[in-house]
Amino acid sequence: MSRRAEKREVWITGLGLASSLGGDTAGHDHLFFGDPVDPAVDETRYAPYPVHPLADLEFARQIPKKSDLRQMEGWQRIGVYAAGLALSDAGIAGDRELLDRTHLAVAAGSGERDTKVDCEVLERLDQQGDAAVLAKEVLPGALRPTLFLAQLSNMLAGNISIVHNVTGSSRTFMGEEMAGLAALEDAFRRIRAGQADIVLAGGALNAEREDLLLGYEIGHNLWRGAHRPVWARAEEGGGFAPGSIGAFLVLESRAHAEARGATPYARVAALETERTARKPGDVARALCELSARLGVPIPTGPLPVLSGASGVAPATEEELSFFETLTARGRDPIVRAYGSLIGHGVEAHLPAGLALAALALRHGQLPPPSETDDIELPLTGPVDRVLVTGVGHWRGEGLALLERISERTI
Amino acid sequence: MSTATHDSKGRPRIAVTGLGVVTSLGCGKADNWTALTAGRSGIKSIARFPTDDLRTAIAGTVDDPKFGAFSSAAALTAAMAIAAGAEALAQAGVSNSGTFPGPLYLATPPAEIEWPDRRAIYDAPAGSGESGYRRLLAAARGADWPELHALCQFASVAERLAVTFRTRGLPVSVSTACASGATAIQLGVEAIRRGDTDAALCIGTDSSVQIEALIRFSLLSALSTRNDVPAAASRPFSKDRDGFVMAEGAGALVLESYEAARARGAEILGVVLGCGEKADDYHRTRSKPDGTAIIGAIRGAVEDAGIAPESIDYVNAHGTSTPENDKMEYLALSTVLGKHLEATPVSSNKSMIGHTLSASGAIEAVFSLLTIRNGLLPPTINYANPDPEIPLDVVANVARPANVRTVLSNSFGFGGQNVSLVLAAP
Repeated sequence: MSRRAEKREVWITGLGLASSLGGDTAGHDHLFFGDPVDPAVDETRYAPYPVHPLADLEFARQIPKKSDLRQMEGWQRIGVYAAGLALSDAGIAGDRELLDRTHLAVAAGSGERDTKVDCEVLERLDQQGDAAVLAKEVLPGALRPTLFLAQLSNMLAGNISIVHNVTGSSRTFMGEEMAGLAALEDAFRRIRAGQADIVLAGGALNAEREDLLLGYEIGHNLWRGAHRPVWARAEEGGGFAPGSIGAFLVLESRAHAEARGATPYARVAALETERTARKPGDVARALCELSARLGVPIPTGPLPVLSGASGVAPATEEELSFFETLTARGRDPIVRAYGSLIGHGVEAHLPAGLALAALALRHGQLPPPSETDDIELPLTGPVDRVLVTGVGHWRGEGLALLERISERTI
Repeated sequence: MSTATHDSKGRPRIAVTGLGVVTSLGCGKADNWTALTAGRSGIKSIARFPTDDLRTAIAGTVDDPKFGAFSSAAALTAAMAIAAGAEALAQAGVSNSGTFPGPLYLATPPAEIEWPDRRAIYDAPAGSGESGYRRLLAAARGADWPELHALCQFASVAERLAVTFRTRGLPVSVSTACASGATAIQLGVEAIRRGDTDAALCIGTDSSVQIEALIRFSLLSALSTRNDVPAAASRPFSKDRDGFVMAEGAGALVLESYEAARARGAEILGVVLGCGEKADDYHRTRSKPDGTAIIGAIRGAVEDAGIAPESIDYVNAHGTSTPENDKMEYLALSTVLGKHLEATPVSSNKSMIGHTLSASGAIEAVFSLLTIRNGLLPPTINYANPDPEIPLDVVANVARPANVRTVLSNSFGFGGQNVSLVLAAP
């Protein structure tokens, strides 16, 4: 007879979001005015791949020391910056005592390579030579020790600890979109079970990198040509358009948040994940099973959904059949594939989805539809809860349900 | 009050029912334990790629023919993890028709495209006419790369293990640098304590001995350059230690709730009493001079275990053989264990197997449990010139019989991520 801990409420009390559409959360407010929003896409710099470049922002706002900035590459700066925004928003930035028991759950992919060095090696290889020997001749002179530290996945978390003094514990999760699923699930479950009171969780992607594009083109996962919204891409061969994104959330037990007088955005009512082998029908089936596992009653009627669909076929199309199942059960999904607006953030995509869902709950509004067909319907009714989907482009399925905290309406 | 199945905090106790290991000393617990307790080193000159002119030319590579000729770090990382996992699962006997009744927690190095593959892409015909990364991208677009794709996805090693062992749910890949293996165990412990699962498969694996990784660590001045006598290069706690030796391997543990393990009549090999972790905010590669973060990790593990520091019978040290680590680890141990440290034997498995990076926390947890079971402390070899500033009871050069019940195992990582485990007899 195992004694299960009583389940505690998990609140979102801080958000940090930077993307192509804004340099902080306030910069994303215009997504919730009910007006159409054009995505920011660069179709030429990395043609044929459209990329959502990071909005203009001042890293020094959150990373004041030049020596720290110099030690980081783009993905780390974006992440450390967004993490700082989340801590400030939660009102805990600079609170050394609290930061010393704030835990870190970070979703990270590969760090950045020095593409100039890679090209130098490859050009010399082209004039014949053994790869290993040439790499050995060029690399010792060309590699910078700091760049190695920019390449290690765990060094986003390491830099967050150094710059923002978050030192409770630190865990970095990897595995493309599954990294985001695992990081948030780890934070959520630990808080719910009383294993942690407060966790800074999130991730970052620097989409403006040829080495990152190469990694995904090897699997032919990237969208080519003019930008198209997510569902249209899935119908036209599929592919994702990477977006530079930094997304962090401060997750906190209700008791801890109330004790320090924090203002919550939303309650994370449930978060469930799965891995399927991606045989035909697996994604739709997994999402249906996950929705049953949420264990939270969802009333019939309109259900706001922020879909993390990547646009990669056939997973993206299968997600649509999950929505049909919801409709058949009397929940009418009002879907927004947020990747159409800010691009696909891979490891950071689910954290960005939760951040946008929290903002949607605060504004009582969803982002505007990106497609006018019957997939992204106009919002009818209030935004009291938002279902966030997280289907990886290759592996990993997840659902999160955020709810308005009604007794403390903002 | 603690019971047979629950600890003093009312949480399910965590039993270990399966262990598996691969290192440069061999494949499997039997070969490893024989070599480890005989004081044999697995460190040798690197034969995998030419090393002339490199400052460091030695490593604890895994060259066991059962893994075939070396093709890529990613392939060997997966193969070693499968071998260690299979050994642990065979011992545990918990899988039903080949299905493991719980999740996978995997400590694994970041995935990346290695030089031979990068060159193969560069040489593909579709890229001709372009240069640099545009050429690589054009070449990648123009052909299919199914094998390479599987290697450069971060999720791929975990995916292979999840398929092989039919684990449940999302396979979790974790990195806390050199503490990763211990973090994987901690994730399993926490999941069982939450009641999310009755069993977890925790594996740490790492094959990083490829040219670029070696050069990178070398540029950080982290590696031993004692190339002449490889077996004598890794010398933790010695005055003349000059860096760590990169090494490969995998360690696997099957964790179960004590209650579930007992109910099915499994042999319980040991228990995980506690886990502690603490992040450092001082420097990207060095710990805070006052040692507060690593002290916090050790203290956290002892407190989580619900024991007094005096209950620690033996320390399986992180002991990397770098000047910095060994000094700081002594500071942390003496702070937490106090006078009790004088009576506590300490050894570093890394003196023989080198530093297995992401895998080390898992491998050393396996060795810690074998130490308890066999009543024999593996030595710290190459301990001829003790560092007077590190007055530890180092198990010097030859194994020492000792009845130990409770072991502290430390793992401290680059990037300031530190994890300690308390492992004990059942």
